[in-house]
Amino acid sequence: MIEFTLWDIIRNLLLAARWTVLLSAVAFAGGTIVGLLILFLRISKRYWMRQFAEYYIGLFQGTPLLMQLFLLFFGLPLLGFRIEPWTAAVLGLTLCASAFLAEIWRGGVQAVPLGQWDAGSSLGLHYLKQLRLIILPQAFAITRAPTVGFLVQLIKSTALTSIIGFEELVRTSNAINNATFEPFTVYGFVALIYFALCFPLTRYAKVLELRALKH
Amino acid sequence: MGYALDFGWLNDAVSLIASGAAMTIFLIAVSAIAGIVLSILGAAARRSRHAILRQGIAGYVELVRNTPFLVQLFFIFFGLPSLGIRLDPVVAAILAMTLNMTAYTTEIVGAGLDAVPKGQREAALALGLRPRVVFMKIVLPQALKVIYPALTSQIVIMMLESAVVSQIAVRELTYEADMLQARTFRAFETYLIVTLVYLAMSIGLRRLLIAGGNRMLAGGVS
Repeated sequence: MIEFTLWDIIRNLLLAARWTVLLSAVAFAGGTIVGLLILFLRISKRYWMRQFAEYYIGLFQGTPLLMQLFLLFFGLPLLGFRIEPWTAAVLGLTLCASAFLAEIWRGGVQAVPLGQWDAGSSLGLHYLKQLRLIILPQAFAITRAPTVGFLVQLIKSTALTSIIGFEELVRTSNAINNATFEPFTVYGFVALIYFALCFPLTRYAKVLELRALKH
Repeated sequence: MGYALDFGWLNDAVSLIASGAAMTIFLIAVSAIAGIVLSILGAAARRSRHAILRQGIAGYVELVRNTPFLVQLFFIFFGLPSLGIRLDPVVAAILAMTLNMTAYTTEIVGAGLDAVPKGQREAALALGLRPRVVFMKIVLPQALKVIYPALTSQIVIMMLESAVVSQIAVRELTYEADMLQARTFRAFETYLIVTLVYLAMSIGLRRLLIAGGNRMLAGGVS
């Protein structure tokens, strides 16, 4: 039997936390890209595009993330893709994040006064340029606080990928707990690590929110 | 490829899925009611004269909101027994869900209380009502009206998040899905059906809560 000192526990947990951070970052980046696509559909002039985006968002916001991960993990191999826990985790969190981010940003786009669109077209800008130069910068500025808030939610959501076998913080802590039988210490430290990751972002979101109120 | 979806197992599984869904509904009903009652107390304590009470509640809210629900659940179910507190999985699940729910709804209820104009309280006090009556009959109903949509969303989110309590062997919907797919070897179909059940439950729960709110709150949900 291997003896675990307190330092061993902490060191291993911190090493595992790297994967949590990496997964969060990749999923946030992926979610931003896919989320922008969904946002374009959601604010499109075509009815069926808006409808599709609305169903997409409703589907991801109306079902548990755990089920989405299970469906990808067990569903993609049926289509002939070989899938690792890492792939399923990134894909699942990316899709889920895209739905939430698109919905946050849609609120921002709708908060931009319609006159801004008119001003854009009177300058002779076409639709995409209006979006890129006039509408989106303002929409992102308005929604900065909820976007950071969602990043916190995403970091916490990565804990679920432990269930489909991705070796991040929670899965490692389960293994350490099985070896040391010190669940109180182990899960206590895991909570602290998540807190250390999330709390600064929560604070930052709060600052952004207050700053937005001042304007 | 040649993989054909097969839903033949579904006939025998309906009762299991139904009992799992019933457990999920039971969990969310208990923790939503307990969570809202506790968060009214929490929001009131957050605005009390005692600094310790205020800071205690603030610390609890931040701690819960910045850690994953799954970790809170494991801490309560696996961690507390080493302090001599051994909980049944269902009790641990309800405790974890209630604690999680309360942290979020305390903020929501607090925002609602702040949104009620001060004059309402002063007017009621001037009419000679006791402070407790003022809170229960004047301030709280108006606050609830403002925050009702946010509370509804939070309850639906909590129901979806309750899927993870399957990890401590509470026999709710996800747990039954895990058991079914282990028996039928039809993982994708099983999770597909159960995902649709969750979708229907979240849409249904939202409609039910909005309809109930329109009926209960004077003047409907704002």
